[in-house]
Amino acid sequence: MSNLSEKVQAVFQEPGCAKNRAKSEKERKKGCTKQLQPGAAAGGCAFDGAKIALQPITDVVHLVHGPIACEGNSWDNRGSKSSDSHLYRMGFTTDIQEMDVVYGGEKRLFRAIQEAIDRYDPPAVFVYQTCVPALIGDDIDAVCQAARKQFGRPIVPVQSPGFAGSKNLGNKLAGEALLDHVIGTEEPAYTTPCDVNIVGEYNLAGELWQVKPLLDHLGIRILACISGNAKYHEIASCHRAKATMLVCSKAMINIARKMEERYGIPFFEGSFYGISDMSDALRNMARLLVGRGAPEELLSQTELLIRREEQRAWEKLKVYQKRLAGKRVLLITGGVKSWSVVSALQEVGMEIVGTSVKKSTDEDKERIKKLMGDEAHMIEEMTPREIYRMLKEARADIMLSGGRSQFVALKAMMPWLDINQERHHAYAGYEGMVALVAEIDRALHNPVWQEVRLPAPWQEG
Amino acid sequence: MAEVINSRKACSVSPLKMSQPIGGALALMGVHGCMPVLHGSQGCTAFGLVLFVRHFREMIPLQTTAMNEVTTILGGMENIEQALLNIAQRAKPQIVGICSTGLTETKGDDIVGYLKLIRQRRPELAELPVVYVSTPDFKGAFQDGWAKTVAQIVEELVEPGAARIDDQINLLAGSHLSPGDLEEIRQIVESFGLRPILLPDLSGSLDGHIPEDFTPTTLGGTRLEEIRRMGASRATIALGEQMRGAALALEMKTGVPHLLVDRLMGLRSVDRFLHLLAELSGRPVPQVYRRQRSQLVDAMLDGHFFFGGVKVAIGAEPDLLQNVGHWLAELGCELKAAVSTTESIVFADLPVERVCIGDLEDLEQEALGCQLLLTHSHGRQMAARLQIPFYRIGIPIFDRLGAAHQVLVGYRGSRSFLFEVANRLIAAREEEEGAHWPGRGPHEEAARACQCQEEDQRTG
Ligand code: SF4
Repeated sequence: MSNLSEKVQAVFQEPGCAKNRAKSEKERKKGCTKQLQPGAAAGGCAFDGAKIALQPITDVVHLVHGPIACEGNSWDNRGSKSSDSHLYRMGFTTDIQEMDVVYGGEKRLFRAIQEAIDRYDPPAVFVYQTCVPALIGDDIDAVCQAARKQFGRPIVPVQSPGFAGSKNLGNKLAGEALLDHVIGTEEPAYTTPCDVNIVGEYNLAGELWQVKPLLDHLGIRILACISGNAKYHEIASCHRAKATMLVCSKAMINIARKMEERYGIPFFEGSFYGISDMSDALRNMARLLVGRGAPEELLSQTELLIRREEQRAWEKLKVYQKRLAGKRVLLITGGVKSWSVVSALQEVGMEIVGTSVKKSTDEDKERIKKLMGDEAHMIEEMTPREIYRMLKEARADIMLSGGRSQFVALKAMMPWLDINQERHHAYAGYEGMVALVAEIDRALHNPVWQEVRLPAPWQEG
Repeated sequence: MAEVINSRKACSVSPLKMSQPIGGALALMGVHGCMPVLHGSQGCTAFGLVLFVRHFREMIPLQTTAMNEVTTILGGMENIEQALLNIAQRAKPQIVGICSTGLTETKGDDIVGYLKLIRQRRPELAELPVVYVSTPDFKGAFQDGWAKTVAQIVEELVEPGAARIDDQINLLAGSHLSPGDLEEIRQIVESFGLRPILLPDLSGSLDGHIPEDFTPTTLGGTRLEEIRRMGASRATIALGEQMRGAALALEMKTGVPHLLVDRLMGLRSVDRFLHLLAELSGRPVPQVYRRQRSQLVDAMLDGHFFFGGVKVAIGAEPDLLQNVGHWLAELGCELKAAVSTTESIVFADLPVERVCIGDLEDLEQEALGCQLLLTHSHGRQMAARLQIPFYRIGIPIFDRLGAAHQVLVGYRGSRSFLFEVANRLIAAREEEEGAHWPGRGPHEEAARACQCQEEDQRTG
């Protein structure tokens, strides 16, 4: 387990993290995960985060080493799409039993890897460490190494026992696994001056496909997307890219930064949500590529594309502007979405009555302030009861959040829209922005709200 | 006579099974004003919560003791104490239920001892009923966690020695029964003039209704006073084999005799149940159910054309497998593949050659050549690959609405199940016939309409 604590330390000391830069050496060592409150905690574990980050690699076997809890209760719960292999949609687990807990689960793990290879012949197997085997001291690094020798293909250990920390930490541990065992182990068939990596994009509801045509149009090739719609060999050979775009803020910053360090690939942070953010992302990408040898015209082509796409999107949004201007939105989400969605909604004239900043970095908060003014109602932490009150008193017209808190809104008989992992609509790029606004419009103007708020005829008052 | 085989694989693929602690947690959600807690790391709780939210489409009360690496090694007493204090203060529950997990069981936390100490140290918790259940993730399955938890609730909270109340009976409900099923069962029992106490009662807490106000705990379910009063009942009916243990515990503690009703689907099992209620209450079977019975018989006659000889694959927890399996067999289906999650004696007389304790990969292998698949939502990909009709049963059902209101029990539930499954078989048959028509053209619809009429005449 010393290996794990080293890894955790390494991620905590991430110099790319703005929060860290402000800390003393000693503070940094303590790490950034807040002590959780027993009985008042919510949210996933490090294993959850690692799985979220890597599961969208579509053609490998994702084998979870642990009791049935970790995989049996959770598999098949995210809408990350694939254009090809469907192997990633199956759940694989060692489902360890009492005997394994007593005698150790390494042998079972080795056999499980063998079975998975025999039956599914994947280019690689990813092995996830979870709490129970970590506690009894199963050495998955050693098992994976032995298996790699035996079966002649990559077997990637992912050190991610849930108790190590939060989902966010798990994202980073997943990144470490890729850096240590995958990235740079193969060579691409060919390269172009316009090869990029995208890090932190999971192709939920197929969002990558809203962006890819734009890049295709500019002749920019996605060498690897980490990890939406990815295949193993793409990630293994992505160290030959010319630039990296880091999506969704800090979740996988370690990948972007270490690839810069190791292979000299510069990166920038950006978002595909919102019209101006999307344009900025294209601009920055083009600029970085030109700086590294891509043809100069890429810049003007990009501007042209941006102008055309923005115009198109505004044209489509005009219809909604009239219907949505002045409507008040309550945003309960975390991290990057707290600001990327804000700018998007403001573009159609909606008012943000509050946004949660529980998981946002200081930098995220700065951006919110810039967007919403100093008065911005940033909600550090709001209990479901408070949210319910707020909606019941109609201080917002619609709530946007992750699926888990949807019923707070629905039970208050207020419109709600899913903007987290389980959403079924793709909201990236120019088209995605239009789709998001269309969904908000559809939710807000559904006649059902009038219907459900009708009191029963026999009700008093 | 089914033979039971254990999948010997080291690698479980596309699990059918879910873990014990969340089975326990769900049982606790059928108790009023309760906050279920998993004693483990926070991810286990988060996964359980998401799973139930997707299935019930309801707010789910579930907390964690938020163990980390260090507290696990040192033992979780402080975390349990903190969790209880926080929950008592924030959620103000009437009862707290704690289920252990794989993590804390591996370490071997002595939770019973902890709880004693904590109560001594914290007088503010003295009045708060706390039920603790041992539910390691690395043993058994969802249904076992549920069963153990109900037994534990009985052990801890039922009070012995009260005077008998003649028309009060206990109904211990297994995890295979949906909130809709429980509502149906309650109505049947009440129609005999009996006053049932259901435990657990998801029909009050997870039946999808709009509450007056927001509550962080369960909103509905068996009340604490009712649980205490169960010792005064005339009899206990265990609904589902898995409830036998809890019913026995109740009998040992209070002397209330128990009866087992392991099946509530299909003509003869509902007949037996109503007959039993008639004897218990001394009243005849009410007119509504006589009518419903004849409607079910009629539905069976109409439906048998479509079920006869149909090969079926089922993946479900033991008690659900038993109910659905027997009923389909009684309708003429041939059970060809059956996969379940944990050991149970109900497999013994299941009309299938063998029951495999395994995963959906096992089921898919055995289901080759089957014409109908029944399992939870995770089976949808398999059904698509096999290109056969798919009927969703059990937990989780996350890609269709109304899981909580799916009623499979009683004459009515059995009948609607029959219709829905038959309609799926009919639709699949039509599709197949359509595919064989040369040159699918505008005439096809007309041809199909003719064919349907023919069928109406044949069967109607
Ligand atoms: S907290 Fe540990 S045991 Fe629980 S789901 Fe996460 S990895 Fe598995």
